[in-house]
Parts: sequence; structure tokens; C-alpha cells
Amino acid sequence: MFWESIIIALEGLKANKLRSVLTMLGIIIGVGAVIAMVSIGMGVRQKVQTSIAGLGSNLLIITPGATSPTGVRLAAGSNNSLTVQDAQAIAREIPGVSLVAPFVSRQYQVIYGNKNWTTSIQGTTPEFLTVRNFTVDSGTFFSGQDNDTRARVAVLGRTVADNLFGDISPIGQTIRINKAPFRVIGVLGAKGQSAGGADQDDMVLIPLTTAQERVLGITFLHSISVQAVSADVINQVQDEIVELLRSRHRLGAKPDDFTVRNLAAILATAEETTRTITLLLGNIAAISLVVGGIGIMNIMLVSVTERTREIGIRKALGATYYNILLQFLIEAVVIGVTGGLIGIGLGVGSSYAISGIAGWNTVVSFSSILLAFGFSVMVGLFFGLYPARKAALLDPIEALRYE
Amino acid sequence: MRTSIILENITKLYQMGDSEVRALDGVSLTISDGEFTAIMGPSGSGKTTLMNIIGCLDRPTSGSYRLDGQEVAALTDDQLAVTRNRKIGFVFQNFNLLARMTAHHNVALPLIYTGIDKKTRHDKASRALAMVGLANRMFHRPNELSGGQRQRVAIARALVNEPTIILADEPTGNLDSRSGEEIMNIFHALNRQGRTIILVTHEPDIAACARRIITVRDGKIVSDERKER
Ligand SMILES: Nc1ncnc2c1ncn2[C@@H]1O[C@H](COP(=O)(O)OP(=O)(O)O)[C@@H](O)[C@H]1O
Ligand SMILES: [Mg+2]
Repeated sequence: MFWESIIIALEGLKANKLRSVLTMLGIIIGVGAVIAMVSIGMGVRQKVQTSIAGLGSNLLIITPGATSPTGVRLAAGSNNSLTVQDAQAIAREIPGVSLVAPFVSRQYQVIYGNKNWTTSIQGTTPEFLTVRNFTVDSGTFFSGQDNDTRARVAVLGRTVADNLFGDISPIGQTIRINKAPFRVIGVLGAKGQSAGGADQDDMVLIPLTTAQERVLGITFLHSISVQAVSADVINQVQDEIVELLRSRHRLGAKPDDFTVRNLAAILATAEETTRTITLLLGNIAAISLVVGGIGIMNIMLVSVTERTREIGIRKALGATYYNILLQFLIEAVVIGVTGGLIGIGLGVGSSYAISGIAGWNTVVSFSSILLAFGFSVMVGLFFGLYPARKAALLDPIEALRYE
Repeated sequence: MRTSIILENITKLYQMGDSEVRALDGVSLTISDGEFTAIMGPSGSGKTTLMNIIGCLDRPTSGSYRLDGQEVAALTDDQLAVTRNRKIGFVFQNFNLLARMTAHHNVALPLIYTGIDKKTRHDKASRALAMVGLANRMFHRPNELSGGQRQRVAIARALVNEPTIILADEPTGNLDSRSGEEIMNIFHALNRQGRTIILVTHEPDIAACARRIITVRDGKIVSDERKER
């Protein structure tokens, strides 16, 4: 009886192809939209996750100057409050810190032969490599000793290497930074764009002391990156850094003249945001599913009226309330499911198309497919129930007299 | 002889706006198993209403109807549906076949509601169609068949579940006289197998085939004659 009903329902849909497709359209678009929207949302989320994780794990970044709780940089507080001694103190005195990388940077023109390229010159220590999750693709990174001797050595980001050297190997070549000669000793592995769209490979790394004394001519730092030993201690390490720096800077009752950013916290916020966006997109799409359901109800009501006589005949031949109810419910669910399946195809297809054409990252998740499909079955059941009940409750005599 | 249809003082009222239509007015009737009965009467006299009540499609407003000893008023709608499915075969004036389905599928329809497996359904429907002489038209749709053939499909559908009672409401009303004769021959054959046949008709020569003729007027039985052979 059950399979019979499904076959009868499918035959009915086939007999009225255009109407069936129009009825399903709402569900097709609804399911397709849910899947495509959620895949875009998940894609954004995944991208934010990987790019923040790519900055380095368990990372704290200390910058000079105070920041209001909303993240706006305040004018108050000096911008030269961080020193190498601060960085050394953090490494020495705070348990739970595994690596510390002090950091300075400024834009300069870099020249090789007749080519030039303006990029960010960044002075740091060898710890930077681990803390910020970079790798050396060819050559070597500078050592602690290079830092002590203020050596004129440079490690190029992939973008700089490509623009200045093209196919030539940069290792051992001499470049000029702000007119001073530097020997290239290594090239970093490519890292790609950051979450904000900045090219993370457009930079040149040189030893911190060289940068401070020979290039920028400053004694303070632009930032300190700190890696905690594990995610569990990161909040505690953050608190201790604040305490240590406040006492080192003798701030007393004055506000902080530095800011500590916790990337784990930023990651959590970003995830929260993208989750909300995904939910929002999914909800908008779900509304179109409900609209699709109303379409099913409409057409089922028309179908019940049109087939009043058929219902009368079936009842005269011995169909019970349940038999008729099941027949029409199955028709509604078959419309929902067929529309749902087509919608899944459409949704998956369009999310691939979006990532192919617009270059957006999309993630088609199995759970969103399952959810959308389950939803379309439920919509069919829910919106089919009223028309089916109406059919099943028809009086056989009245139904047979219907013209 | 057993009597399985017993009607006592049946009335049926229809509400038409403010006025009441008394379609049946105190009808008492017993029909024995294996009888061939014709019901005659002018249009609007209550013949169809009487058939619908006997066939458990409709309930009387008052009075008692016992079918095989069971008081029909006590049955639920679903129990009535099961009773129609197992005990009664209907033949309508306008055939009432489902246009989308083949003759074979139409005939097998009651068996779906009996809950019989597909193979048995197929065999029984084929046999019923062969019995009414349509073995070579089984997979045609109703619109590919003549009126007489359609009515034979309807008869096959009425007898496929081997009911004891066959009810036919003006089965020849839409047919030419030759097709009408063929249909009547089938009813006679079914009656010889022992089935109870109740037939509503306008036409005296069709009624003349029956052994018992009941005449209805204004919802009342005005005559009930039996022919002895
Ligand atoms: N569903 C109904 N609603 C109102 N009146 C009805 C209904 N069915 C039948 N009638 C009335 O009951 C009377 C008997 O009808 P019916 O049994 O169909 O007569 P017949 O079959 O003898 O022509 C008629 O007057 C008819 O108008
Ligand atoms: Mg009538």
C-alpha cells in the first residue's frame, strides 16, 4: 500500500509536469538557497579560521599605545613605550611563555640591479619564524649572532623575491635597502593573503638590531609577539604581561601605555561573527522554504478539489480515511522530496559556481544538505497534512455527486 | 434461503436550505441471497438513495438496516469502507472509472484496499476482465474504450473481490441497446453463480429480466412483484 501510494503520487506528478515543477520551484529555490548560503557562510568562517591560525598559535601581540575597550587606538600614551628590555623581561620572568619576538617595521624602497620594489622592512629576532608560523623555503634565516653583530643580512618574503629576482635565485645576491647594501641569505615560504586581504609575503626580514640602529634609527619597538606554551595558560600569561609591563613602565594609577591582543580571543570573536552571519543567511533561505511549503499546500488543495470524484470512487471501493490521507500526504511529501533533491543539486552546483566565478571560499557541508533535505520533507508533511485531511474527510456520496 | 439484507422502516431526509426532502419514507424490505431484483420508479423517487444505503455508502436518517446480521448504524465510517470493500460491488450509470489508469489498474483498485499482494492482484484483475470479455483490452485507458466496454470494466471491478452483493444503478442508462443487452447477460451469469444482484433501471424490458421487481415512488415502495419460473 505504501509503495503503491508513492508510485501513484509519482505518476500523478508526471502526468502534470509543468504544474509539478512550478509547485516544486519554491522548495527547489528554498533548499538550493539554504545550501548555497550556508556554504558561503561556512566558507568565510573557514577562511577566517585558517588565516588567524596561520598567524601563529597561542599568540599574544603587544603594541605600544593604549587602546579603548572597543579597540580604537587612543591618542593618549606614547608610541615608543616598548623596548627590547621589555621583551627580554617577558621572556625571562613570565612562566608559560615559550618564545618572544620583538619587532620593528617601516616601508622602504628595496633595489636590486635596475629593479626596485617598495615593501615593509621588518626587524626581528629568529624566534619570529616560529612565533608567527613562517617557514624558510630556501637558504637560511638569520641567527642570534647576526642580531648581536648587527649583520647586514636579509630574508625575503616570496612576493619581494618574485618581483626583484624573477627566476634568478636571490640567495647570496646583494640588495639595497634605503641605499645600504644587504646580503640575501634566505627566502620565506609563501603564506598568501591574510583575513584582511593583505599580502603576508610582501616584506623583507632583517635582524632587529640592524633595523633599529642602521636603518630606522630608533631604540623602541613597534610590537612584541609572544607565544604561550599552551592555549590553557594564554589568559594568565596575558594578565602577567600587563602586570609586568605596568610595573616596568612605572605607570602607577595611569592607564596602560600598551595593548596586549590575544589572537585566541580574536579568533573566537571572528568565529562568533561568522556563525551569526551563517545563521542569518540560513534563516533567510529557510523562509523561502516555508513559502515553498505554502505553494505545496495551495496546489494540494486544488488537487483535492479537482479529484473529488476520484476520492469518492476510491471510498466507494473501500478506501478508508487512512488510505486517502496517506495517498495525499505521500503526494505532498514526494513533491517536497523531489523538489528537495533538485534543490540540493542546485545548491551544491551554485556554491561551486560561486567559488569558481567569484573566487569566494565555499564549504558545502553534509549537515546543511541533511538539514535542508529534512526540512523539505517536513514542509511537505506539514503543508500536505491539511489538504490530505480535507480529502480523507470527504463524504463518499457528496464526492461521487461532485461534477 | 438466507436473507442477508433486511431494511426496516428506513427514512432518509435531506436538508435543502429551509425545506426538507424526504428521499426515503419508511421503506421496509428484505432481500434473500442469490435474488435478482430490479428497482424501478420515476426520476427523483429515491432509487439511488436506497441503493446507497443498501451499499453502505450512506446512512439512513432513521430505521434499521442489518447486513449479514450486523446493524449498519453501529459501524464506524472505516468499518463501512471495509464492508463495501469485502461484501459489495458497485456499478454506476456513468462508470466512474479513473481516467488516468488502465482498465487493468482500475479493476485492481479495490484489491489494493483489501491489502492483497501485487501478484495476486494482477491475476485476479486479469481473470475478472477475462470474465467480462475484455482479455484483449486490459491495458487500455477508459477513453480508448467504448461505453459498453467501459461498463464491462466497471463490472469487472465490482466483481474482482468476489462480493456476495452487486449493486448496479442504471448500468445501461448511458448505453445503446445492444451494449445494454451484453451487460444484462453478464449480470445474469453472475446471478447464476449465486450472487445477489440489485439493479436500478428506468427501462421496463431491462427490469423484465429480473425475477423480482420493486417499484418506488416518492420514497415509498408501491409494489413488490415476484415472477415464478
Ligand atoms: N445529497 C442530496 N441533497 C439533497 N437532496 C438530495 C440529495 N440526494 C438526493 N436528493 C433528493 O432526494 C430525492 C431522491 O433522489 P434519488 O435517490 O437520487 O432519486 P432517483 O435515483 O430515484 O432519481 C430527490 O428529490 C433528490 O433531489
Ligand atoms: Mg438515481
